[in-house]
Amino acid sequence: MLQLNDLSFRVREEEQEKEIIRGVDLKLPAGKIIVITGPNGGGKSTLAKLIAGIERPSAGTILFQGEDITDKSVTERARMGIAYAFQQPVRFKGIQVLDLIRLAAGKRLSVQGACEYLSAVGLCARNYIDREVNASLSGGELKRIEIATVLARKAKLSIFDEPEAGIDLWSFQNLIDVFQRLRESSDGGSVLIISHQERILEIADEIVSFREGQVERHGRRVEILPSLQIGRAPGGCGRRGRKGGR
Amino acid sequence: MQELNEIQKKLLETIAGLRGAPNGAFNIRSDSKAIGRQSSENIEITPKTDVSGLDIRIKPGTKGETVYIPVVITQSGIKELVYNDFFVGEGAEVTIVAGCGIDNCGAVDSQHDGIHRFYVEKNASVKYVERHYGCGSGSGKRLLNPGTEVYLAEDSSMEMEMLQLRGVDDTKRDTIAKLAAGAKLVVRERLMTHGDQRAVSGYDVLMEGAGAHADVVSRSVARERSFQEFDAKITGNAPCYGHTECDAIIMDEGRILAVPGLAANHVDAALMHEAAIGKIAGEQIMKLMTLGLTETEAQEQIINGFLR
Repeated sequence: MLQLNDLSFRVREEEQEKEIIRGVDLKLPAGKIIVITGPNGGGKSTLAKLIAGIERPSAGTILFQGEDITDKSVTERARMGIAYAFQQPVRFKGIQVLDLIRLAAGKRLSVQGACEYLSAVGLCARNYIDREVNASLSGGELKRIEIATVLARKAKLSIFDEPEAGIDLWSFQNLIDVFQRLRESSDGGSVLIISHQERILEIADEIVSFREGQVERHGRRVEILPSLQIGRAPGGCGRRGRKGGR
Repeated sequence: MQELNEIQKKLLETIAGLRGAPNGAFNIRSDSKAIGRQSSENIEITPKTDVSGLDIRIKPGTKGETVYIPVVITQSGIKELVYNDFFVGEGAEVTIVAGCGIDNCGAVDSQHDGIHRFYVEKNASVKYVERHYGCGSGSGKRLLNPGTEVYLAEDSSMEMEMLQLRGVDDTKRDTIAKLAAGAKLVVRERLMTHGDQRAVSGYDVLMEGAGAHADVVSRSVARERSFQEFDAKITGNAPCYGHTECDAIIMDEGRILAVPGLAANHVDAALMHEAAIGKIAGEQIMKLMTLGLTETEAQEQIINGFLR
């Protein structure tokens, strides 16, 4: 499904070159949930952006379904079937939730059709469909709408960057259900999630432990999960603080 | 009503959503002549005798009626100045659809200057929709200079939707309003300029009575080499609330000058202004590109939403 070959990403900061991603080799299979986890600032989000095309690698190649997409634009990758949920959803003045879901679906979806995606992320659809995707929505509402847009893409590879951040009021189980349904319904599609969340790690087929711009370990959940130090927040949600890396 | 030609039909549909004569009261002006006029039981339209224009009298208590007074210009070289006065009776609730469309295929400028005065009596409520549009392949300019005066009596209200989205080369829009106690004015302006166009939009809102409320919001986009000026002044002479906002996107070499002004002459006047000008946020374009849109398509979607 997705293959990263010797992938690197460097930036210049204060006259010094900093290597955020350091020669990553990674093969991700089709039809699975893969969770990338690791310490804050380790480069996980940058890796996700490199896959979606939002950042361009300094070296290395990215293959998607056997095709080299390293030089392809964000638009081209999206049209090939890569979807990406932003960690911090973008706000738009004037664009309504229905518009955004229709754009994501790539067709003139019926209102009922769009509502199904909102219901899937735990939003009462009729209260949201005509709302603008602007600052009148809370961070949690925006996050769920962001996830709904990715569901509407019906992509071959759906990438979620810290999907649990900011959804405090939403039953966490709904989010877990969304990912599991996505794996079951996407006909061989893969779900790639950046997360620290223990309960998300528990539904992974594969886990990639990522640290200091490199793959520390990669394997089946049963092999990796027991060795990870997962923090548990009060209330047993196992959620850590927001990361601050790129 | 006279039969409409294709250009007239297109312009009328664009500016007033009309396909032929509407029900109820209307006056359709084309190339400086009325080509159709009708009064209703509650709304009387009569031509002025001293200057070009109309008196529109709406009876007290009229509910739910719409009056259309669109203007189209299909010939090059027309220049006109029109005065329309609206007298809205006590307790009436009506919609007024105005607007002007110019199709100029010639080399000479075409210009419509319309002065609209609204006298809104106690407890009356008006929704006013004004759309301006220009088209045609000629080198002559399409010029529109609307002057609007609004006089709101006690506890009356007016909601104004002002749109100019394409094809007007030069416009100077001046709106003044005076609000008595309890009166409410809401303005929603949407403006897009392109090419070498120039648009100046000025508001001078005076709140004279206790409990008056004014909200003037402009959203605009300046593309290519166009220039816009938004000059909104709100004065509070009584306990009142006023808000003005200019929210603008600039693209290419577009320029925008926003000059908000507030004058509070009473200790209980609460006045606020906001102005934000900038290019489209890169992350907005990026989000839509991750949905499969090209950069250009993403920009159009963002602008269409912004000017909705």
